[in-house]
Amino acid sequence: MSIKIPKPEEMIRISYKPPQTPWMGTPVDFRPGTWSYSGAAKNLIYLDLPNPRAWQPYEEDWKLPENWKEIIIEGMRERLDKYRSFRLFLDLCVRCGACADKCHFYIGGGDPKNMPVLRAELLRSVYRRYFTESGKRFGRLAGARDLTVDVLKEWFYYFYQCTECRRCSVYCPYGIDQAEITIMGRELLNLVGCTINWVIEPVANSYRTGNHLGIQPGGVKDMLEFLADDIEERTGVRVEVPINKKGADILFITPSGDYFADPGTYTCMGYMMLFHEIGLNYTFSTYASEGGNFGLFTSHEMVKRLNNKIYAEAKRLGVKWVLGGECGHMWRVIHEYMDTMNGPADFLEEPVSPITGTLFENARSTKMVHIAEFTADLIRNGKLKLDPVRNDHLCITFHDSCNPARGMGLFEEPRYIIKNSVRHFHEMPEDTIREKTLCCGGGAGLGNDENIEMRMRGGMPRAMAVKHVKEKHGVNRIACMCAIDRSTLTSLMEYWVPGVTVTGVHELLANALVMKGEKERTTDLRGESFKEKTDDEAL
Amino acid sequence: MNIIFSLLAIVILIFMAMGGAAIAGLKPVFFLVMPCGAFAVFVACFVYRILSWGRVPVPFSIPTTCGQGKSLPWIKCDNLESPPCTATVIGRMALEVLLFRSLFRNTRLYLYDNRPVYSSAKWLWFFALLFHWSMLVIIVRHMRFFIGPVTPLINSIAAIDGFFDIAIPTFFLSDAVIVMALTFLFMRRVVVPQLRYISLFTDYFTVGLILGVATTGILMRNFFPVDIEEVKTMALGWVTFVPYIPKGMSALFHIHLLLVSVLLAWFPFSKLMHMGGVFLSPTRNMANNSRMKRHINPWNAPVKVHTYEEYEDEYRDKMKAAGLPLDKE
Repeated sequence: MSIKIPKPEEMIRISYKPPQTPWMGTPVDFRPGTWSYSGAAKNLIYLDLPNPRAWQPYEEDWKLPENWKEIIIEGMRERLDKYRSFRLFLDLCVRCGACADKCHFYIGGGDPKNMPVLRAELLRSVYRRYFTESGKRFGRLAGARDLTVDVLKEWFYYFYQCTECRRCSVYCPYGIDQAEITIMGRELLNLVGCTINWVIEPVANSYRTGNHLGIQPGGVKDMLEFLADDIEERTGVRVEVPINKKGADILFITPSGDYFADPGTYTCMGYMMLFHEIGLNYTFSTYASEGGNFGLFTSHEMVKRLNNKIYAEAKRLGVKWVLGGECGHMWRVIHEYMDTMNGPADFLEEPVSPITGTLFENARSTKMVHIAEFTADLIRNGKLKLDPVRNDHLCITFHDSCNPARGMGLFEEPRYIIKNSVRHFHEMPEDTIREKTLCCGGGAGLGNDENIEMRMRGGMPRAMAVKHVKEKHGVNRIACMCAIDRSTLTSLMEYWVPGVTVTGVHELLANALVMKGEKERTTDLRGESFKEKTDDEAL
Repeated sequence: MNIIFSLLAIVILIFMAMGGAAIAGLKPVFFLVMPCGAFAVFVACFVYRILSWGRVPVPFSIPTTCGQGKSLPWIKCDNLESPPCTATVIGRMALEVLLFRSLFRNTRLYLYDNRPVYSSAKWLWFFALLFHWSMLVIIVRHMRFFIGPVTPLINSIAAIDGFFDIAIPTFFLSDAVIVMALTFLFMRRVVVPQLRYISLFTDYFTVGLILGVATTGILMRNFFPVDIEEVKTMALGWVTFVPYIPKGMSALFHIHLLLVSVLLAWFPFSKLMHMGGVFLSPTRNMANNSRMKRHINPWNAPVKVHTYEEYEDEYRDKMKAAGLPLDKE
């Protein structure tokens, strides 16, 4: 089914005026383009998740289990006792409204329930009703309401209209993080079998085959070999493709989008060229062939079930430490959850770059290093020969992906790599980058085609910032460090800012990378010709 | 609706106080049982709420990073926005609690020429800061009622507060500021449509209550004076356990005392608990060092996983055909 969405000039006419009816009395309208298909039963069954069945969100009957209400209330009780963040963030809000206009879905859509404060109130109101004295006694006056099927539908609609980007939590005076509320809301929905397929199918695939796309071992190998062929064609250098190699120093893990979907493939070629050039003894893995972790969009338990593979594979292969590719939520999981969930990684060594001897102190315990940290260190130590002039056909801006930005604090490393790889780099406006960066609109499992209108709305603030630098500086390519970005920003740019394409950071690096034994390079990794060198630039 | 109910609640409280002032038999209730009871409720329930949050574990390290994290030695770490250790976390929290760092970032969204624009919007930060600091100054000034000889600290704060020396008795700056700030906070809720849409009874009631306390306080100090000696004897009586029922107290004083008592008793059950909760917020009070130092989850339980052996068993033939190494042939 193809879904019609408004043209950009219509979509930009946004009204921020709240409706006449109070929010508790305004039911959800599941209009096409603004929600995602339900999780298919086969995926739920494979993962032993409750209530697998055929249903769709727009249908009247969601085929919930008979005791669904008790399940949800009990689920809340359990989580209130396990997560301080949950309890605190339900109690603490003063509704100052600072977060309201910080959410990209609110900015792009104007629906008041997408103000983080109100999206959280959807759950808070139920919490008050069943877990606080005032809520039990005074009901609506105390901001409490009964849990009904309509409320559950509202949760589904709006918790799958939040990309867990954490922008609101930057502005909140108490650091209340809507991502935590959404994560809990989705956990509760999962207890009664309400999830979306764009999340749960990648989860099931990842659990079974090792990656989101369900690619089997031979497929992974074929794809990487294919990328090696492309590299040879462009550069004349044949790079090795080590897979499941015992005795490698380093296990390299990247999102499957990098080796299976354009434009991520060019970034993957970038990694392979870099590793070849520095002579790194590394390996890919087919069992742990996914950096991303859609468990984060399902439940904490699922995060752990999927993340388990990384350390397990590192142990099996006997590597020294793990290196991770460019990805967003993958790095939220690795940075903030992995060691706690599946550590301690005491069978690995503290990560030291075999090329520069640098000890990555910030990854001392987890023993997993971000490729941007690794490469920035190489450049800093003069281990790479880079010719940024080769990227002169590109005018670059950089999109900070939500999770590395607000769940890690990784800002300078990618910029350092870009500035050493290209000559034309321009930042977007200050309120739209770094910790204030705006989401691509398709994170947290929302990057599917049926949700296209909400994606374009949610991505509008990001797109408009790109449009600004395009008009001001002639930016024609946006760099990012996230596989979801590479996929969703592409359609976002086509819709809002035609003429701008998307790249990974290591694609830019590989364009500029001067390799030993390479032929004279005339095109970039995409086969696009380098700019003719003028006399002036040849200097 | 919520506005009307909350204003109505405050009016009822005021009438209750006036009624209380008129009935002589109620004096012991008004001047002893009510304030002491409210204070006891405040302390006990405040502590209970903090403990009820504190006993819940923090399973994961989830700081929101708002600046460059600690990384390579030549990359400057933003210690206050992405603190790598306890000392820097204290710095971050101090900025947050004392200066409302996050609120300072606030922007306001406009659609201009079909594009979103984010203009600086410091008003909320400014008035919130004014309100909280003047509230603190006022509470400190009130300590003179509870301490025999007034300490120099309280006197000097009062002296600074009354710096402009306007009118007799001196009009305190903090009194003017708190009323102004609260009025702003209240009006913003009423005027901004989005805020009105999300506001609950408690939001209006809380501001209205504090505004009532401040107004009656100012009226007593500057226009309808009460016998300070009597008040002090009563207040000292509470803390030294020598009950004293003051004489000749005005209805205004009754209203002030009742509203303060309601505020104290209401505090632990309301959003005002952010005063204690802000210190516990895991997105702010945790160090961004989760890859340097393992964070422990006390309830970390085993989960069902898909092992490599199971994976190889399923794909052995395909792996063999692709020439991939196997653990078991």
